[in-house]
Amino acid sequence: MSTVPVRLTVNGQQHEVEVEPRLLLVHLLRDKLALTGTHVGCDTTNCGACTVHLDGDAVKSCTVLAVQADGSEVKTIEGMADGDNLHPLQEAFWNDHGLQCGYCTPGMIMAAADLLNRNPNPTEAEVRKGLEGNLCRCTGYHNIVKAVLDAAKEGGGRIEVPAPSPEGVEAGEAVAGEIKP
Amino acid sequence: MSATAETTTGGNGHVGRALRRKEDPRLITGRASYVDDINLTGQLWAAWVRSPEAHAKIVSIDTSAAKARDGVIAVYTHEDLDMEAALPMAWVPPGVDVNTPDHWVLAKGEVKHVGDPVAFVVGDDRYAVVDAAEDVLVDYDPLPVVTDPEAALEEGSALVHEQFGTNKICEWSLGGGDLEAGFAEADVVIERRIVNHRIAGGAIEPRGVLAEWRADKLTVWSSTQVPHFLRLFLSMLLEISEDRVRVIAPEVGGAFGSKLNIYAEEIGCAWASRKLGRPVKWIETRSEGMMVTHHGRDQIDKVRVGAKRDGTMTAFHTTIIADCGAYQMLLTPMIPPLSAFVMCGVYKTPAVQTDIIDVMTNKFPTDAIRGAGRPEATHLIEVMMDQLAAELGMDPLEVRRKNFIPPFTEPHETPIGVAYDSGNYAAALDKLLTHVDPAQVRQEAEGLREKGIYRGIGFCTYTEICGNAPSRIVGPGGFGLQGGGWESATVRVHATGAVTLYTGTSPHGQGHETGFAQIVADRLGIDPQQVDVIHGDTQTGPFGLDTYGSRTLAVGGEAAARAAKKVADKAKAIVAHQLEADPNDIELSDGKWIVRGSPEKGMALGDVAGAAYVPENLPEGMEPGLDEQSFYDPDNFVFPFGAHACVVDVDAETGKIDIVRYVAVDDCGPPINPLLIDGQVHGGITHALGQALFERIHYDESGQLVTGSFVDYALPTAAELPSYETDRTVTPSPVNSLGVKGVGEAGTIAGSATVTNAVIDALRPLGVTFIDMPLTPLRVWEAINKAKGGSQ
Amino acid sequence: MIPPEFDYVAPESLDEVLSALRDGGEDAKVLAGGHSLLPLMKLRLAAPTLLVDLRKLPGLRGAQRENGQWKIGAMTRHVDLQGNPDLGPVGQATALIADQQVRNRGTIGGSLAHGDPASDLPTVLVACEGSVTITGSDGTREVAAGDLFQDYLTTAVGSGEVLTEVRVPDFAGWGSSYKKFTRRAEDWAMVGVVAMVKKAGDGSVEDVRVAFTNMGSTPIRATATEEALRGKGVDGIAAAAEQAAEGTDPPGDLNATPDYKRHLARVLTRRALEEAAAG
Repeated sequence: MSTVPVRLTVNGQQHEVEVEPRLLLVHLLRDKLALTGTHVGCDTTNCGACTVHLDGDAVKSCTVLAVQADGSEVKTIEGMADGDNLHPLQEAFWNDHGLQCGYCTPGMIMAAADLLNRNPNPTEAEVRKGLEGNLCRCTGYHNIVKAVLDAAKEGGGRIEVPAPSPEGVEAGEAVAGEIKP
Repeated sequence: MSATAETTTGGNGHVGRALRRKEDPRLITGRASYVDDINLTGQLWAAWVRSPEAHAKIVSIDTSAAKARDGVIAVYTHEDLDMEAALPMAWVPPGVDVNTPDHWVLAKGEVKHVGDPVAFVVGDDRYAVVDAAEDVLVDYDPLPVVTDPEAALEEGSALVHEQFGTNKICEWSLGGGDLEAGFAEADVVIERRIVNHRIAGGAIEPRGVLAEWRADKLTVWSSTQVPHFLRLFLSMLLEISEDRVRVIAPEVGGAFGSKLNIYAEEIGCAWASRKLGRPVKWIETRSEGMMVTHHGRDQIDKVRVGAKRDGTMTAFHTTIIADCGAYQMLLTPMIPPLSAFVMCGVYKTPAVQTDIIDVMTNKFPTDAIRGAGRPEATHLIEVMMDQLAAELGMDPLEVRRKNFIPPFTEPHETPIGVAYDSGNYAAALDKLLTHVDPAQVRQEAEGLREKGIYRGIGFCTYTEICGNAPSRIVGPGGFGLQGGGWESATVRVHATGAVTLYTGTSPHGQGHETGFAQIVADRLGIDPQQVDVIHGDTQTGPFGLDTYGSRTLAVGGEAAARAAKKVADKAKAIVAHQLEADPNDIELSDGKWIVRGSPEKGMALGDVAGAAYVPENLPEGMEPGLDEQSFYDPDNFVFPFGAHACVVDVDAETGKIDIVRYVAVDDCGPPINPLLIDGQVHGGITHALGQALFERIHYDESGQLVTGSFVDYALPTAAELPSYETDRTVTPSPVNSLGVKGVGEAGTIAGSATVTNAVIDALRPLGVTFIDMPLTPLRVWEAINKAKGGSQ
Repeated sequence: MIPPEFDYVAPESLDEVLSALRDGGEDAKVLAGGHSLLPLMKLRLAAPTLLVDLRKLPGLRGAQRENGQWKIGAMTRHVDLQGNPDLGPVGQATALIADQQVRNRGTIGGSLAHGDPASDLPTVLVACEGSVTITGSDGTREVAAGDLFQDYLTTAVGSGEVLTEVRVPDFAGWGSSYKKFTRRAEDWAMVGVVAMVKKAGDGSVEDVRVAFTNMGSTPIRATATEEALRGKGVDGIAAAAEQAAEGTDPPGDLNATPDYKRHLARVLTRRALEEAAAG
């Protein structure tokens, strides 16, 4: 089987790689681009540990082919902090003890960022529902939910992005804005 | 019970503070290093060929197509592995015959469960080895399968291992008091059959191993809780002296007991690396993990309780049938005895007995999963307390209070010979009731019923046994474990005054880098940020015994405190010498060692280290350096306890359960870091709620695993759970100087009975009096239907 | 975890897609969002030899109201539709598909062409009597929802064909509800019920639609319930819902026996109808 060229931007950096068509985006990120912060916790699109942003939307990178990301912008956990300034979600997860083993954490933070993009001031119930695609075994979610609510209070959710509308939304239009502390 | 390290430290009071964790910056930025994040030059990949049959003879294995694939270096079957020994089981109970089959790295002649490995492929590409593994053709001749442990005990059952002539592994009993007399004097005797179903650990990081044989030495990175045990068994199975084996547990993404084992893949990859002279890596997929990472629970508990009319319990007898699966892993047959150890619960029942029958079936082995034996015991005890209360027409809390062991601060010996260290069970319950009012819940329930919502409240008052372990009790001459239970720590003060703590424990998410730093910092008058905690590497620290059974703080933390105290004692001697004072007059104050009453002159740790490493002016006969070690072997276990309550709403039409509130009061002694304690409690409760309401490992009658992925094995998500309400009482343990007890398993131990009792309470108006876990909507609906039909 | 090998093309025109599918034969598959197909491939339950990705095709994304109906491009993602009040049950059901990450990738066309009776959108399409446009080498045809879903994972979309557009009626005047019963939020429906109610001026039920997710090998209309309620007052909902499971033969599994599913169908139908009638 032949390889296919893929050009994509990850955390602002452009890459061009030749890949097998079957290469999963998560393995492109981890094994070829050395961005190992994105994790794999299952093989059935349940756990969300592999969540990254693809053209601004959270996706499970274990269920996206690298070739499907050709021409796209990807953001991973490594791209969330602005230099030494942590993203408000990272800060909140730290302050609120929103992680223990840390394995689900990158995916959880990326999913939470997507959630706050869509709903900057969520209720607790909305946060819980919004994180339904991410499994954590350590925290019981209590402090994760607290962290997301705290990050929202800190402006983690104030992002100037138009809400997706059903009409004419083209790929990449609803880009998650940079969230500045 | 002696406590030699000082309880008061004179440091800066970091112990007890809710410090945010030292380990988090790397974890929240994606910079941590789990096994699959480590890659070595020349690294090969392994993939395993697993049996689709639950029980079968291996007629033939054809590896030719796999070997012919591009990039495949080798394909190995049992015959290729020149290993004399099989995977270890470490418990040989004194005086008890145990039928333990050989558990080979690759199946020898027959497979005994779905997923049993028959071959593994090694090649140079992560994807290609998976293709090649599919090309290995195995011809199986199916054999009869048994999956029901009770059926497995019957005469004429299919045998998992023919050579024993039975599926029984062993029988073991622990009791005390006069059971017969206890039942004779009872006014009421109730019996229940309680099924504690099979579950998985469910750590979000699957297992993984990277093995490198280089220059006659073996280095193994594994996602394990037990690097020291793994080193020992790698050494034994591969016949390499232990000093040439280094095991590193890097960042480990959760474990919950499931990584407390010696797995075929760890041994196989190390063997292949030596054979091929190249590093070999294997990363488990979740679907593999559901099959071949050990399961937990799977007990059928037949319980008989005798009581007086006033609620006083007179006798408590449990027969445990433990389905151990097809083989016995490191601690498999030791888990049910851990149930027996706490079968007295928090009650003064005069006669208590547990009879255990361990059974083989064609399933993957069970072993320790969070709580390991104590959740099973607590579940059955606490469900029975509510059943008894209903039988007597009493308030469930009144029955509990009637039977509580009164408060004690020195060891209390139960009828079965286990000495609880300290406890005040009524105080924990009293504290719980300041947060939740049963009368109010019942009032709310009245109002909801007309909407078809049935609200109930359930309680659990528990104690457990942890802090593994006093060697004299658990070791070969005692309980029969082929190991000790001590823990080690080294505190090294660098010339700059920075400190490294090496611990022999191997945490995987619990936060010990922070908690241990707080303990050491207080004893040395420094900030926890100056204490770097190193764990999980058999080469860098002292010999240790790893992390499981809520032992890390109570044993490893105490070792750290003791090593730090040794450093502090030496520092005092140096300071006294330099300041020309008596060492007894030196005290730590505000980060400096001063002569008592003269705070203007003093030495900080950095000054002391300077003096210790530039030995111009040390006391006569004192060796240079500031680096001390402690090996701490506890005198006793520790026994955390607490009281939990849960409020549920049951939709009587659909059977769906909504957890409205969960309130937990836990006592683990003086808190080192309250943030970490709450985190452990939250996670522990969730593991129990997961088991009680959602999770279930299920094999069908043919031995096929029905719940083989995260689609079917339902770990709860945030959307199914409430925020928790937690509080504490503080009853110090007399066992260690910190007064601490473990808290990593407490929530799991208490949780399943709490929610089960709540659901039964909710459904009582509908005539439901008992229900087994998992409390799925289907099962609840069926229970309601059955009750309506009047058949219960 | 690792899909089997395959070839991959991402053509820029529909003609090229059709030609690639023709060349690829039976084992060629269309790739939209990939959230039905890739999970199967990762478990090696599907092994196409060629994937023809639609991502570069223009004009397949977005929803437009036109001549009293909605035209939704096949590549429109669930997230683009979720919660949209103008889209009635389409907006309600898309908000409940799996989780946000899946909704950010999964497409309406992919879901309908896959035809899993446990997924939500096929039921919605059947309930609202929508249709799809299927394009193949022989041209374009319109297939009604009732004819699209033929059996378990089997639809009228032939090999070599592409589902390009979805049409659903304007929902003005309809109240709707989607009740999805799951063990966990992110799970497939144990049973799902779409209810749509159009009320007459006197408050009676002028028209009604009820359809089920995961009650058979295809989405199923609850015709008995519909007939029992049509033209009646909303106080007839409970009685009509009692007939909801008539004629169904749902598959059982570990967490739901056929009897339980039929029971859930009745309960959820009543609840969905009540909500739809109130909306």
